[in-house]
Amino acid sequence: MKKFRYLKNVATLKLDQEKCNGCGNCTRVCPHTVFKLENKKAEMIDFDACMECGACALNCPEEALTVTPGVGCAAYIIQTWTGKEVGACC
Amino acid sequence: MKEDNCGTQNCGCGPMVTIPMENSACREPNQTCGGTADMDLNDEACCGPSNHTVSNPFEKPGYKILPYVKRFHHTDNGTYPVIYNDLKFKDKAGTVFTRFGYNRSHYKVSPGLYCSGAPDENSDVFVSANYKISFDHLRRSLKGLDAWILVIDTMGVNVWCAAGKKTFSTGEISTRIKNVGLDKIVKHRKIVVPQLGAPGVSAREVKKNTGFKVVWGPVYTKDIPKFVENKLKTDNDMRKVTFSMAERTVLVPVEVMLVMKISLIIILALFVISGFGPGIFGIDRMVDRGSLISLFFLSGIFAGAVVTPVFLPFLPGKPFALKGIFAALISTAPLVYFYHGKIAITGLIAMLLVAFAISSYLAMNFTGATPYTSPSGVEKEMRKAIPVQLTSVIIALFLWVFAAF
Ligand code: SF4
Ligand code: SF4
Repeated sequence: MKKFRYLKNVATLKLDQEKCNGCGNCTRVCPHTVFKLENKKAEMIDFDACMECGACALNCPEEALTVTPGVGCAAYIIQTWTGKEVGACC
Repeated sequence: MKEDNCGTQNCGCGPMVTIPMENSACREPNQTCGGTADMDLNDEACCGPSNHTVSNPFEKPGYKILPYVKRFHHTDNGTYPVIYNDLKFKDKAGTVFTRFGYNRSHYKVSPGLYCSGAPDENSDVFVSANYKISFDHLRRSLKGLDAWILVIDTMGVNVWCAAGKKTFSTGEISTRIKNVGLDKIVKHRKIVVPQLGAPGVSAREVKKNTGFKVVWGPVYTKDIPKFVENKLKTDNDMRKVTFSMAERTVLVPVEVMLVMKISLIIILALFVISGFGPGIFGIDRMVDRGSLISLFFLSGIFAGAVVTPVFLPFLPGKPFALKGIFAALISTAPLVYFYHGKIAITGLIAMLLVAFAISSYLAMNFTGATPYTSPSGVEKEMRKAIPVQLTSVIIALFLWVFAAF
């Protein structure tokens, strides 16, 4: 997946290491290896690979992770702009 | 089929229920699953006229036994369909049709519990979406394994998209576990959920609701045998999504089908616009110029819906809108080579702009089908790209009409 990189510094992903208990859930659910456990704390090793799927935040027991998840196709986003009730796209 | 290679023990041609038999050799009744009722359904019966459909013991009025069901497995807690682990022609054909967008939202499997082989109370439980293609992938990779398959209702949508839409969810898994009474069927308390379902499933909540622990399974079902060998552990590679050329190419037909209808409308409009010129409206002009600009337009569609997905990592730029423009440069090159000098430069520019704009838009829309573009990124690129795309179309149409005079 390394050859696929999307725009830099846009992901809404945030990690609060203070809250992290080192359970490792985020490393198990992330499909892009964004996290690594280092000294019992999660660390972001590949922030720009995040596609905002929301899996890590949903499965973090300490609410140490936040992200705004969504569906990323243009037709869908245009629909949200125009404020219509939307059927997602995939 | 030959009648004489069957034994007689099950094959009374009399009024009793005829048990379908393996046609080559009549097997002993299957011991593990309790008697003759577990014989395969699709094997031909061994007597009677060959074109006579022999009823099998599972027939019920108003029900149809599906082609991927091999037999039924009886347990103290109920009877469950045992699936074939090999895909048949019909399954493969179904996949192809679905990939082309035909019947895509109705290609489903009924939610509930299924068996691979002859599972018992210690066997693993694999959760699947009820999209038939997901289900097919799973049963194929469970070949040789005795396992339970818990199909949940995702309205016929694959795991990844369903998790994004929250139909592959904590709630649905929890309800389904309770509905099938999984706690009575297996002694252990764990279920294997595909990792790509994680955006919709909180393992903690499932455990709280049902007592079952979620074990995250591999992203790709092909890794399941290794995962089972590893005692239900995924290694790093099993957790990563990939987006190979093959994976991208299978998405092409749907991309094309999705734009087909709107493309026809646009082409009609292009023909109408092409008719304007000196003397107001000319039919000949409409046909000539209309087909020309439509050709460029189609070349743009090809660039956005075919070239972009297939050659994605090789197209320069990170924003997809930009990749789409490069793809259109390639796809229109032969046309430019052929037509330059033969038509007015303004006309040529107009046609190219149309092709670039549509390709750029379609490429951008393809972000929805990739497993790595973040919605925040897509929105960011759209805010810049859409005004540009719209402006090009307006300029193009203006130039096109102008070029007619
Ligand atoms: S949102 Fe998804 S892709 Fe991003 S870090 Fe979390 S699990 Fe990984
Ligand atoms: S899931 Fe949350 S608590 Fe667990 S390692 Fe990741 S950030 Fe830390």
